[in-house]
Amino acid sequence: MSTGTTKLDVVVSDVVPANELVTRFHFRRRDGQLLPTFSGGAHVVVEMRDGERTRLNPYSLMGSPLDTREYTISVRRDDVGRGGSLFMHSNVRPGMEMVISYPVNLFSLDLRARKHLMLAGGIGITPFMAQTAQLAAQGGNFELHYTCRTASLGTYADVLRERYDRRVRLYHDDRDERIELDRLLSSQPLGTHLYVCGPSGMIGWVCDRAAALGWPTETVHFEHFAAPQPGAPFDVTLAVSGKMIRVDEQQSLLEAIEAAGVDPPYLCRGGVCGQCETNVVAHDGKFIHNDHWLSEEEHRSCKKIMPCVSRFEGRSLVLER
Amino acid sequence: MAAKSIISRPVYGTLSPQPGKHHLFVADAEGALAISDLAAKAPSGFFADAHIIFIPGHDGKHVAALEALKPAQFYQGPTFASALPRLKQTLANAHMGLRLYLAGTEGLIGQAMQVALEAGIDHTSIQTEHRGSLARRIQCVHCKGITENVTTQPATCSHCGLLLLVRDHYSRRLAAFQGVCINAEDRSEIPPTEEIFR
Repeated sequence: MSTGTTKLDVVVSDVVPANELVTRFHFRRRDGQLLPTFSGGAHVVVEMRDGERTRLNPYSLMGSPLDTREYTISVRRDDVGRGGSLFMHSNVRPGMEMVISYPVNLFSLDLRARKHLMLAGGIGITPFMAQTAQLAAQGGNFELHYTCRTASLGTYADVLRERYDRRVRLYHDDRDERIELDRLLSSQPLGTHLYVCGPSGMIGWVCDRAAALGWPTETVHFEHFAAPQPGAPFDVTLAVSGKMIRVDEQQSLLEAIEAAGVDPPYLCRGGVCGQCETNVVAHDGKFIHNDHWLSEEEHRSCKKIMPCVSRFEGRSLVLER
Repeated sequence: MAAKSIISRPVYGTLSPQPGKHHLFVADAEGALAISDLAAKAPSGFFADAHIIFIPGHDGKHVAALEALKPAQFYQGPTFASALPRLKQTLANAHMGLRLYLAGTEGLIGQAMQVALEAGIDHTSIQTEHRGSLARRIQCVHCKGITENVTTQPATCSHCGLLLLVRDHYSRRLAAFQGVCINAEDRSEIPPTEEIFR
């Protein structure tokens, strides 16, 4: 469907509720072969055929990279989201045939690190499930700090504690337990790398404190898939393919371009990988940039847009697609 | 300032104060001037968390200027080798939040960086500024011996005596430029020697 994203034909081998909000999905190859190898932090894009509509959502692989008989993802149900997680929860059953992308890793471990300090918030725990499994198998030095709203919403906290004991520290919001971030960051041995995955507020807080406390940018890694935000519908002219399209309220610009039969390259669909970067030919209106890829200067220049997460408000927009 | 040639040839910047909890400086000779220039741009109290390891040049200058910055710790030694145990110990006990600044000759910057890499600091996280001599530390690719303070092209290996072409090819792991026999085909062919790394 898109350049750079080879597809895998899989069957849903199991569906397991983890708690009231999170369900785990297991995939195996339909031809019975092993799945491609991946490294901790990798994600796959899951294709969801929802009637007329195809949804493509990225999810981190949470199984051990040492076991490629199956891939596992965990999906947190978002009742006010765009519907991808609800589709997974309500429609996906064991035995169902699905298509997923090859794994891509935009949040990999830096294996030169002397120590890996991991900070997870909520469902942001999933890439760390794979990374801790990978490191534990290599005798790697890691420490995981995991914040969740309540013990019952601390997805896989029990599994992690059992596997790694005191290398895992839990914080429950309802018990007023908070990460003592400054003390934690300032007590790490030289050569430590920091990894954070969770809500954007948490990522911003951790990155800001790390920078202020003298952590070089090369040692701070974060992953935030911005889910495309809904917004007012807008019209776009695709200059190369000569098409006029309308982006609906609940649709992303990338999805609208794809629905018109044009296939831009993509990998993450979350504003971080840079693959779908698109040139603006002309515009009369205002860009709503939601990506983490373009620089602030590029955002201000109005010459580029990341159609996976960003939108437009105004009279006309012409893109080089 | 060293010119950029091939990708492995190190390039140096200008020291600037970084956010951090501790600041470790390693400098030799005129590298002290780079620290003084940084001090002019640094916020007040910056040197209260600083440690300076300084190897003065033959003229013995700049010690007073560095002491006047009132760093928390100041060490002065005759050679890099004499400062090495202190540097290693400091890095071994350090936490994230320590920032490293290297200034002076290429040999000093390279050797201090080699120790820092072993301690787990990424080379891109280190502030460097080249001041003073362009003399090179080279490794003979034939006998693997290191020759310090090479100023000529070609140069004689102080270990095996081969006449070496001093290349821009640099190893961070060895903290040395590569020296390759310049007259392997005919050892009687002796190209003229120029002093180009002053």
